[in-house]
Amino acid sequence: MGLVVSAIAFLFAVAVAGAAARRLPQASTVVYGGTAATCALIALWAALRLAEGGPDATLVLPVGLPWVQAHLRADALSAVFLIVVNLGGITASLFGWGYERAHHESHGGDQDGHKEGPVLPLYPLFLAGMNMVLIAADAFTFLLSWEFMSLASWLLVLSTHREPDTPKAARLYLLMASFGTACLLLAFGVLATAHGDYSFAAIRAHAPDAGAAALVVVLILLGAGSKAGLVPLHVWLPLAHPAAPSHVSALMSGVMTKVAVYAMIRVLFDLLGEPEWWWGGVTMGFGALTAVMGVLYALMQDDVKRLLAYSTVENIGAIAIALGLALVFKAAHTPVIAALALAAALLHVVNHSLFKSLLFFAAGAMLTATGSRDLNRLGGLIHRMPTTAVLALIGAAAISALPPLNGFVGEWLLFQAILNAPALSEWSLKIEIAVVGAALALATALAGACFVRLYGIAFLGRPRSRAAGEAVEVGRAMRLGMAVPAVLCVVLGVLPTPLIRLFEPALRLLVEAGPFDGRSYQPWFWLAPTSAIGNSYNGLIMLVVIALLSVVLVLGIHRKASDRVRWSIPWGCGFDGPDPAAVTQYTASSFGQPIRRAFGSTVFRARDHVDMPAPGDTRPARLSVTWTDPAWVVVVEPLARAVGWLAEKANRLQFLTIRRYLTLMFLALVVLLVMVAVTQR
Amino acid sequence: MSDLGYDAAHMLGAVVLLMSFALLYQRRLFSLLNVFTMQALALTATAAWQAYSHGEPHLYITALLTLVLKAILIPVALHRIVVKMKIHRTIEPALGIGLTMVAGVSLVTLSILLVLPVTADATALTRENLALSLSVVLLGLLMMISRRNAVSQVVGFMSIENGLILAAVGAAGMPLVVEMSVAFSVMVAFIIFGIFLFHIRERFDTLDMQKIESFRGESD
Repeated sequence: MGLVVSAIAFLFAVAVAGAAARRLPQASTVVYGGTAATCALIALWAALRLAEGGPDATLVLPVGLPWVQAHLRADALSAVFLIVVNLGGITASLFGWGYERAHHESHGGDQDGHKEGPVLPLYPLFLAGMNMVLIAADAFTFLLSWEFMSLASWLLVLSTHREPDTPKAARLYLLMASFGTACLLLAFGVLATAHGDYSFAAIRAHAPDAGAAALVVVLILLGAGSKAGLVPLHVWLPLAHPAAPSHVSALMSGVMTKVAVYAMIRVLFDLLGEPEWWWGGVTMGFGALTAVMGVLYALMQDDVKRLLAYSTVENIGAIAIALGLALVFKAAHTPVIAALALAAALLHVVNHSLFKSLLFFAAGAMLTATGSRDLNRLGGLIHRMPTTAVLALIGAAAISALPPLNGFVGEWLLFQAILNAPALSEWSLKIEIAVVGAALALATALAGACFVRLYGIAFLGRPRSRAAGEAVEVGRAMRLGMAVPAVLCVVLGVLPTPLIRLFEPALRLLVEAGPFDGRSYQPWFWLAPTSAIGNSYNGLIMLVVIALLSVVLVLGIHRKASDRVRWSIPWGCGFDGPDPAAVTQYTASSFGQPIRRAFGSTVFRARDHVDMPAPGDTRPARLSVTWTDPAWVVVVEPLARAVGWLAEKANRLQFLTIRRYLTLMFLALVVLLVMVAVTQR
Repeated sequence: MSDLGYDAAHMLGAVVLLMSFALLYQRRLFSLLNVFTMQALALTATAAWQAYSHGEPHLYITALLTLVLKAILIPVALHRIVVKMKIHRTIEPALGIGLTMVAGVSLVTLSILLVLPVTADATALTRENLALSLSVVLLGLLMMISRRNAVSQVVGFMSIENGLILAAVGAAGMPLVVEMSVAFSVMVAFIIFGIFLFHIRERFDTLDMQKIESFRGESD
């Protein structure tokens, strides 16, 4: 435990060094190198602890509020998330090192190099904040670390403050982060009211009564949900995540949302004691809504990074569904199935952190190479950036849950848990889980479409802009930063069982069972969880079959198709013309149109407007698409109006006469005295 | 003896409170100043009586300070200001007597309800005294917000301070230096008020706060 604390302290030292030596050319090497090494150390420590069976490590530091010391504790759950956070930290540091250097060069030396605000000192602080949240063991330390993490990431978002969209995104993020922390503060307040002790151990020992527990569940779903991006609290996420530099976007989207998931698990499974079935029902319902809405949003985006942020919303939805299922099964006293669902949640947490980092890195690589995040200005990059293209393909396939990659295993486990729903006694839950399962299936399919669109438009076809046509492959550090998560995606997809075995201590801690309980034969290459269905998955067989089929397919195409006479149309609607932008290609908007028509016209009020010139007019026809976000209309705008109205009312207080101020003070005094007099009774 | 001491202290404290009530409905500035003088005299008597009955000589100093400052110096000075500014004929539109009295009585009720349960373990005299002084403070505040003339607001402020002295006198063990500093701070406040009154008068030709407020730039 002392090791983790000193590692976090070292991150602070790296931040100070980064701030001091910001102008020196070696600064980024020191910061990213130091951060990567520290993260590797913490991740290794956590993995070793888990391999030992996840014993608790505790430490009490005499800092913080007087007579409330800082309690730190790393149990098996913390260790799982420590691995996730620090794995993300390693790859992001690797990528960020190359990314920052590439941007320094492209911005022409040092005097322009600091256009992007101070990323260097803030980056280690952000990682330190996330690590601190994971090992906090009292409400005060937790909230302090949580807020530290939020503010560090907020400043990182602000580091691109010269871009036009950033200030709005940062303001919204700050608002939502404050809202979330306020909810968490109230939740911990309710939890600690009964005994006045804010340490997690005391909260765990005194389970709150039913009403207080219900309040805490709602507050946690609001507080941690707003950080994770549960619909309808997701509005800040697609604005703030893309605004940061790409490696920070990867951390925010791939890792920080997982810290919010950790907060949910910590409170809902650990601190609150025995759950009630409706907790899971509510979590699952919002998860399903989040998954479907998130992927529909993603399908309508043309900005690569914003698309990825919306896809994060979808994946958080899937994780919330898994958490809800685990709660339901835990409340129904079927711990083995609860362990199965929770294993699916944790596996998806790891998976998503891997492939979402990978895809954000790929977006950063595209941004570095072409200077654009707009899908409609990319295209044909597979020829210009072959390595990035292959790695991004692995990421896109993994996030679309294609076998034999890790995304498939996570979703497969989740569906195994869903298929166990008939074992429940509550009829409303049985029906809800069926609906949620259908929604998840829909979301997964749409995610596939979404990433076919992303990959197809960005990497295939012809370049849609001169910059895309002249793109060059990114540097070695960036490619390595992408390669590490890509390799892990393949390895975890083929051999998921050792990882789930590694998580077992956490599962036993939370639901007191493991997913393989009661199965005698469990080889390491075979994933066969205990369930009423009895399905099993073998990644190796899958890999071999897919490889064989691919070889057969490729050979077949080359044999049968290559030597045929080719037919070509004499006039290709201008497609074959000399225009390098190739504007007549399929665009991102046209690819998304069928789904936009099918789902978007009611939910998002999406409308296509065609501006068709009159015959004889030579100006081009234009198609424009408008859509509105229902979360903005339903949640954000009424809230903004209410806040504005209140501010308007409060503004009058600023222009009162002295006597009125005195009167107000007098009345306040009298009211307080009356309250004291009444409560004295 | 102790019975008599208690009764007399109680009565004197009640007179201070009574004068606060009387202050509330005075509409002419001279009568206001006269009532204020009487309140200060009652306060002096309270302090002197406490000094005598409890045998605490330092309270005599308090009594003397109150007498000189509150009963003589400040009323005379205010008197001169009023005469000099030729506002002694002004009739102030204060709140109606009935309404003011109702508000005052409810404030006294509130302070009694508040103080008596809190100080259950203190002596009876201290408790009564604290309730009385809290009432005087609240009535002074009420006066400050219900008056429009700057002079009567100054008087309201001074009567708040009388309430504080009353509490200090009643609670045994309040060090003399505190009372001294309170007395001097009141003196300073009074001087500043006086200067301000003259300046306001010079500038705006009135001491009616409602008229002065209309000069504020940001007001609508």
